[in-house]
Amino acid sequence: MTLAAMSLHALHTQLVRGEISALALTEAVLTRLHAVEARVHAYITVIPDLARQQAAAADAAFARGEVASPLQGIPLAIKDNICIHGVRTTCASRILANFVPPYDATVIQRLRQAGAVFVGKANMDEFAMGSSTENSAFGPTHNPWGDLGAVPGGSSGGSAAAVAADACIAALGSDTGGSIRLPAALTGVVGLKPTYGRVSRFGLVAFASSLDQIGPLTKNVRDAALLLQAIAGHDPHDSTSGDVPVPDYSARLEQGVRGLKLGVPREYFVAGMDTPIEQAVRSAIAMFESLGAELVEVSLPHTRYAVATYYILANAEASSNLARYDGVRYGVRTAQASHLLDMYMRTRAEGFGAEVKRRIMLGTYALSAGYYDAYYKKAQQLRTLFRQDFQQAFTQCDALLAPVAPTAAFRLGERLDDPLQMYLADVFTIPVNLAGLPALSLPCGWTAQDLPIGLQIIAPPFREANLLQIAAAFEAATEFHTRKPPLLMDPA
Amino acid sequence: MLLSDTQVEHVAQLARLALRPEEKPRLTEQLNAILAYMEQLNEVPTEGIEPTAHVLDLGNVFREDAVQHSLGIEDALANAPETAHHFFVVPRIVE
Repeated sequence: MTLAAMSLHALHTQLVRGEISALALTEAVLTRLHAVEARVHAYITVIPDLARQQAAAADAAFARGEVASPLQGIPLAIKDNICIHGVRTTCASRILANFVPPYDATVIQRLRQAGAVFVGKANMDEFAMGSSTENSAFGPTHNPWGDLGAVPGGSSGGSAAAVAADACIAALGSDTGGSIRLPAALTGVVGLKPTYGRVSRFGLVAFASSLDQIGPLTKNVRDAALLLQAIAGHDPHDSTSGDVPVPDYSARLEQGVRGLKLGVPREYFVAGMDTPIEQAVRSAIAMFESLGAELVEVSLPHTRYAVATYYILANAEASSNLARYDGVRYGVRTAQASHLLDMYMRTRAEGFGAEVKRRIMLGTYALSAGYYDAYYKKAQQLRTLFRQDFQQAFTQCDALLAPVAPTAAFRLGERLDDPLQMYLADVFTIPVNLAGLPALSLPCGWTAQDLPIGLQIIAPPFREANLLQIAAAFEAATEFHTRKPPLLMDPA
Repeated sequence: MLLSDTQVEHVAQLARLALRPEEKPRLTEQLNAILAYMEQLNEVPTEGIEPTAHVLDLGNVFREDAVQHSLGIEDALANAPETAHHFFVVPRIVE
């Protein structure tokens, strides 16, 4: 196996033993990245100079016998809505095409202290709004699986595709309504959306502040535990980060699931789900039973209202958050403006893509005088019902097992003109964000077209260690996580 | 139709988005389809249910009112489209 194809924890062992250098690893990842990037387009910006500099620093630390963390010397992809000081951060938008952050996000600061290496900024849907990574001003990312003609899911599609294609060792994404889990499922990698408040959002460009959360995308469950470990915890710069102790996320990876009660929500197996998806998820659930878990059927009765609730709340928050892009303090300003209001209106019209405009319009309307109660307040009340659904379900079980998405990856372009159809890809991921819960996606099968299928595990707040324990038990009993996209195996 | 052409124009004005004439019909159609889908929330009785603004129990966060390190002027202005004498420059506001 080439270095770029290896997992974070396996590479860590080799780095510590001095069998490989961080610089050699970084060069191997950059070589792989350049070999596949023309076909996958996982990155908006590649930063080889910074990566080599960080790798050299990691090697110097190893030489001194210093090992700051399992991340030391590990090449990572960072979603392009997370600020790295001095590195262009675009959010895949024309309006931020020239933005260079004057500070690090807290997760970036922590990863620097951990000794990690940043190879590039990963492609995404503009401002994280989308489920396919097609809403990028820099062009879409291609799913490394199948015939390379399907979407990777979104919005963290670049991060997921980079991990799947071995164009990085692990990646950070962000998840507002499924944006880590959906692309993880559609590209056959592990994606973890932490509890709201588990990871600092400082330096994550805001989309919907009550829902956004940063999390890892990795090649296996143990790697997800290691990357989460490095970024989790309270941050004085983010008052919504929870002041809750961070456990050792790797401690229980080998404990198995014997004696655990796992809930299967009946509303997640409904008409509209593709047969191969249902079959793969059902056989994954049966596998847990054979591993010693007890299965219980539970009900999450408001599931079918998730998409409508989410797209009111998220768009309302987005319309407010994106008001800051006014062409004054940062970003691209229109070249032709006669006066201030004209400048605002043209700058935003020219800078935002179609989906972002649609969402700003919907959010502005939902918050406007006379409609607030009918849309925004109503959706906030539904949000209470979603929380109650999960609280009720968790009185009967330790965690939930569910599909991530009702279909496998769809064709590039297929849903671009039908926003509502695109939104329905998120029906099984959104409720988790509304309730602020942690959830993990891992591969549990492939379709006849060789497209990955994801299994979703959902836990109560701040129980990421449970998620990882359950996921690790499944991974240890299966081979899904070891597969690599065949079309990218040739060095073309 | 929940949203008329005039309302779309009004909302665009509130959102500070200059819509091109050729964008409007398609956008109006798409917004109406999405709003119609959202109407299904009316099936759910929510009388007396507390709205959730935030999932965590948040309290006020206080700190000492002391000077701390912050962005310098050069850094704060570095991304601005136009600056002069350490200020952001905008097009004329008053005639």
